[in-house]
Amino acid sequence: MARQLTFRIFRYDPADPDSKPGFVDYPLEETPRLNLFVALHRIREQQAPDLQFDFVCRAGVCGSCGMMINGRPTLGCRTLTAELPTTITLAPMPSFKLIGDLSVDTGTWFRGMNERVESWIHTQKEFDPTAEEERMDNETAEKIYELDRCIECGCCVAGCGTANIREDFLGATALNRIGRFMLDPRDERDSEDWFELVSTDEGVFGCMGLMGCDDVCPKELPLLEVFAYMRRRMTQVATGQAKPDAGTSQPVIS
Amino acid sequence: MSEIITTDVLVIGAGLAGERAAISAAAEGNEVLILSLVPPRRSHSCAAQGGMQAALGNCAKGEGDSEELHWLDTVKGSDWGCDQEVARIFADNAPIAMREMAHFGVPWTRVKGGPADYFIKGKKVTLEEPREKEGLIMHRDFGGVSRWRTCYTADGTGHTVLYTMDNMVVQLGIKVHDRMEAISLIHDGTRCLGAVVRCLRTGVLKSYLAKATVIASGGFGRVYKYSTNAIINQGTGQSIALDTGIVPLGNMEAVQFHPTGIVPTDILVTEGCRGDGGLLLDVDEYRFMPDYEPDKQELASRDVVSRRMTEHIAKGKGVPSPDGEHLWLDLRHLGEQHLRTKLREVYDICMYFLGVNPIKELVPVRPTQHYSMGGIRVNKDGHAYGLEGLWSVGESACWDMHGMNRLGGNSLAETVVAGKFCGQRMGQWASQQPLALDTKMAADAVVVQQNRINALLGDGLGKANENVDALHDAMRETLQAKVGIFRKGGELEEAVDTLRDLYQRAQNLKLRSSTKGANPEVALALRLPGMIKLGLCVAKGALLRTESRGGHSREDYPERNDKEWLKRTLARWPEGAAEPDISYEPVGLLESPPGQRGYGGATNISMEQSVAKYNDNVKQEWIKQGWHETATPLGAELKEMVEYASTKES
Ligand SMILES: Cc1cc2nc3c(=O)[nH]c(=O)nc-3n(C[C@H](O)[C@H](O)[C@H](O)COP(=O)(O)OP(=O)(O)OC[C@H]3O[C@@H](n4cnc5c(N)ncnc54)[C@H](O)[C@@H]3O)c2cc1C
Ligand code: SF4
Ligand code: SF4
Ligand code: FES
Repeated sequence: MARQLTFRIFRYDPADPDSKPGFVDYPLEETPRLNLFVALHRIREQQAPDLQFDFVCRAGVCGSCGMMINGRPTLGCRTLTAELPTTITLAPMPSFKLIGDLSVDTGTWFRGMNERVESWIHTQKEFDPTAEEERMDNETAEKIYELDRCIECGCCVAGCGTANIREDFLGATALNRIGRFMLDPRDERDSEDWFELVSTDEGVFGCMGLMGCDDVCPKELPLLEVFAYMRRRMTQVATGQAKPDAGTSQPVIS
Repeated sequence: MSEIITTDVLVIGAGLAGERAAISAAAEGNEVLILSLVPPRRSHSCAAQGGMQAALGNCAKGEGDSEELHWLDTVKGSDWGCDQEVARIFADNAPIAMREMAHFGVPWTRVKGGPADYFIKGKKVTLEEPREKEGLIMHRDFGGVSRWRTCYTADGTGHTVLYTMDNMVVQLGIKVHDRMEAISLIHDGTRCLGAVVRCLRTGVLKSYLAKATVIASGGFGRVYKYSTNAIINQGTGQSIALDTGIVPLGNMEAVQFHPTGIVPTDILVTEGCRGDGGLLLDVDEYRFMPDYEPDKQELASRDVVSRRMTEHIAKGKGVPSPDGEHLWLDLRHLGEQHLRTKLREVYDICMYFLGVNPIKELVPVRPTQHYSMGGIRVNKDGHAYGLEGLWSVGESACWDMHGMNRLGGNSLAETVVAGKFCGQRMGQWASQQPLALDTKMAADAVVVQQNRINALLGDGLGKANENVDALHDAMRETLQAKVGIFRKGGELEEAVDTLRDLYQRAQNLKLRSSTKGANPEVALALRLPGMIKLGLCVAKGALLRTESRGGHSREDYPERNDKEWLKRTLARWPEGAAEPDISYEPVGLLESPPGQRGYGGATNISMEQSVAKYNDNVKQEWIKQGWHETATPLGAELKEMVEYASTKES
C-alpha cells in the first residue's frame, strides 16, 4: 500500500499585506521513487497553484532548491520521500531574504559573497591569444576542482549557527571559495591579502568549528580540511612565520 | 507609469553565451545589463558535464588535430545543413576561447605525460601521453569526431566554465538583474529598442531600453514531455522574437535527442560516459551498436546512435520497465576510481536519482530530447534577421554551425566562441548607435502586457475556461508522441492540427489562483501560448521537410535529399495568424559539397545544381529574408577576426 504523506509547508507572501506566515498541510499519495521536485509540482498542479519554490536543473547540480526538510537544509530535488517519515515539514532556508513560501533570495546573497571575497583570479598577466595556455599539473587542477564544486546552494549557511546570528559572517561557502583561490597558482594574491580577508571575526576566526556546514553540504566538499588549512596558514601569518607568498599552491587535502 | 531602465546593451540570459557576450560588449565600452530568470550560476549551462570541443590536439589521440578537421567533423555532423562559414569562425576560434577560459580560471583537466589506460571500442588500451604536452589542456573522446578534442573538467565542465565566467562578470561589475523575465520585445517594426520585463519576485512589469538587445535564453527543450533540459528552458526568448512577426526562427524542426537520458527522470548522463569507454547493451546484455555502426560504434553522432537505439528497441530488444522500455549503459569496466573522479556527477546522479550504483550495476537509459539546433535566425555577427538592434547567441540562436545535428561538445564551445565574437561585433555596433529613448513606445508595450495579465487574473474575459496545466501537458505530449526521433507525414499532420487547436484554446486561459504578485501560475500562463507557437514551428517545419537529414528523420522520406532540401527552414508568425508562415533559404556558401558522413548508413539524392551556381544565389536569397550585411563581407577570410581580436584584447 502506498503511504499517505502529509506535506506541512510554510506559506507566506511578503508582498501581500493580507498574507500571514504559517504552515499549511497538503496530503499526497506516495509513488515509487518520489522526490520533492515531483511532489511539490504535483501539489502545485493539484492543490496550490500559487505555491512558490525554486527548481531549475532538478538533477542536484544547479543549487536552486535548498530548503529546510524536517529541519535540515538540503536539496529538494535530490531528496526522496522514501527516506522521510510520512509527515514532511518544509520551510524556507533562514539567513536569506524570503521571496515567498519556500523561495529565498540566494542570488543576491551569493553575488554579495562573490564580491566580498573577490571571487576571481587576481593577475597582472594579459591574455595572449597567440600563446599556448599556461601549464598546470593535473594534480593541482584536480585539487582546485574539488573545491570549485560548490554549487552555491546555501545549505551550509542555513545550517550554520554563526551565520544565523551574524549577518556579516562569511559562511563556509565563502571560506571554501577563498581556499579555492588560495590553491590556484594563477592567483597572485599573497598571504597578506588572504589574511586581510579571512582573519577577522567575519572570516575563519569567527567560525566556531562545530561543522554544521560540513554535515549538510550536499556536494560533500571537504570543508573540515579547508578550514584547518586556512587556520594554519593564517596563524602562521599572524605569528610572522609565513614567507611572503608561502604555499599559494600548497595542497589543501593531503 | 511603470519604471523604465536604460542601458547601452541589454542581454536577456545569464548562461555562458549571454555572459560571454556581455563581457565582450563591456570591453567595447558599453554599459551592459543582464537579465535572467534565475541567479546566473543556476542557468542551464551549469549542468553540462562532458566538455567542449576545440582543436588543441594536446593528447595522444588528439595528435595531428587542426581547426580544419574540427570544421569538417562539424559540417559532417550537421549533415551538410550548417552554414559552413560560421562553422569555420567557430572551429578557428574555439582553441583561443578555451585558452582564454584557462586564463580566466577554469581548472581544466590537464595532460599527464607517460603511459595511461583507456577503453577504446570496448577494449582496454595503454597509450603513451606526450610528455612534452604535460600540463596542457587534456581531451576526451566524443561522438562523431576524428580526434579527441573535448576539453573538460572531470564531468563538471559547464559548472566550472559558468562559475569562471560569472566571476568575470562580478569582477567587471556588470549588473545582473535576476528573477526577471523578458516577456515581449519593444520595437517599431524595423528597430528593436528593448524589452518588457516581468519581475518574478513581485509580478511588477518594467521596461528596459537599450541600443542593442541580445537574446541568449538557451534552448526550448521543455516543449517536449521528456527532456534533459532544465525546467526553465521553455523558450521564452525564441517566442518573444517570433512574436515580433518579423524575425524568423531557423530550422526549428532540427531537435536533438541524446542517447543517454536516464529512466525515469530523464536526467542526462554525459556522452563522456561513452567517450571514456561506456557501452550500450540490450535486454540480453548484448552490445548491439557495432552491428549497426561497425566503425564508430557507440560514438557515431547523436542522431545516429539515438535512431539505432530506437530501431533496436522496436526489434523487441528493449528492457521492459514500468516507465517504458529502455536500454542499458554499462560503465562497470571503467572502475571505481574513474567513476568517482572523472565521472563523479554521473555516479552521484545514478546513486541519488535511481539508486543504481554504476560501479556494479547497469544504468537504464533511452534517447531523450536534449538540444535545439533551431532558434532565432541571425547573420554571422549574431544580428537577427529583419530587426536592427536585436541579436542572439548560444542555444537560442540559429547562427547555424550545427545545421540539422550538432556534435556533442560543440554547443558549450559555441556559447563561448559566439559570445566572444558576436558579442564583440554587437558591442562595436552598439557603441556607434544613439540611445533611442522612446518612452511612449515603452509605456505602450507595457500596457499591452499588463492587459494580458489583468485578463488572466480575471479582470475581463468571462468566457475563459481553459486550464493552464492541462494545455501545457497536452502540448508536451503531442510533441513527444508525434514529433520525436522518427517522424511520419500522417502523425505530423495530426500534431500540427492538435497544436493549432491548443494555441486557440490557450487564448482562453482561466487561472485557479488570483495572487497578484510572483504567482507561478501567471508565469506559466504567460509563457504557454509562446511555447505552443514554438511547438507549431517544430511540427510544421518537420511536416514540410520531406527528407531525412541529421536529427530530422522521416520514415516516409528516408533519404537525404540534396537536390531539393539543401535549405534552412525559416518560420515567421504574422500578427493574428493561426500558424507560422514557412519559407526557405540556402544553407550558406558550400566549401565542402554534400558528401557521405561515414556513419548512419543513409542514402542521398545528389545535388543537381553545381556548387558554384548554388553559391551564387546565397547572398541575394538571404537578403530577401532580412539578412543584415556583416562587418566582414560574406565569404571573406575569417581568420581575420582572430587577428583583430589579438590586437584589440591583448
Ligand atoms: C544536461 C545537459 C548537458 C549538456 N552537456 C553538454 C556538454 O557536455 N557539452 C556541450 O557542448 N553541450 C552540452 N549541453 C548543451 C549546452 O549545455 C547548452 O546548449 C548551453 O549551455 C546553452 O547555453 P546558453 O548560454 O545558450 O543558455 P543557458 O545556459 O540555458 O542560459 C539561458 C539563460 O537565459 C535566461 N533566460 C531564459 N529566458 C529568459 C527570459 N525570458 N528573460 C530573462 N532571462 C531568460 C536564463 O535564466 C538563463 O540565464 C548540455 C545540455 C544539457 C541539457
Ligand atoms: S564550522 Fe560551524 S560556524 Fe563554522 S562555518 Fe561551519 S557551521 Fe558555521
Ligand atoms: S559549500 Fe556545500 S553547502 Fe555550502 S553552498 Fe557550497 S555546495 Fe552548498
Ligand atoms: S534543482 Fe538544481 S540542485 Fe535541485
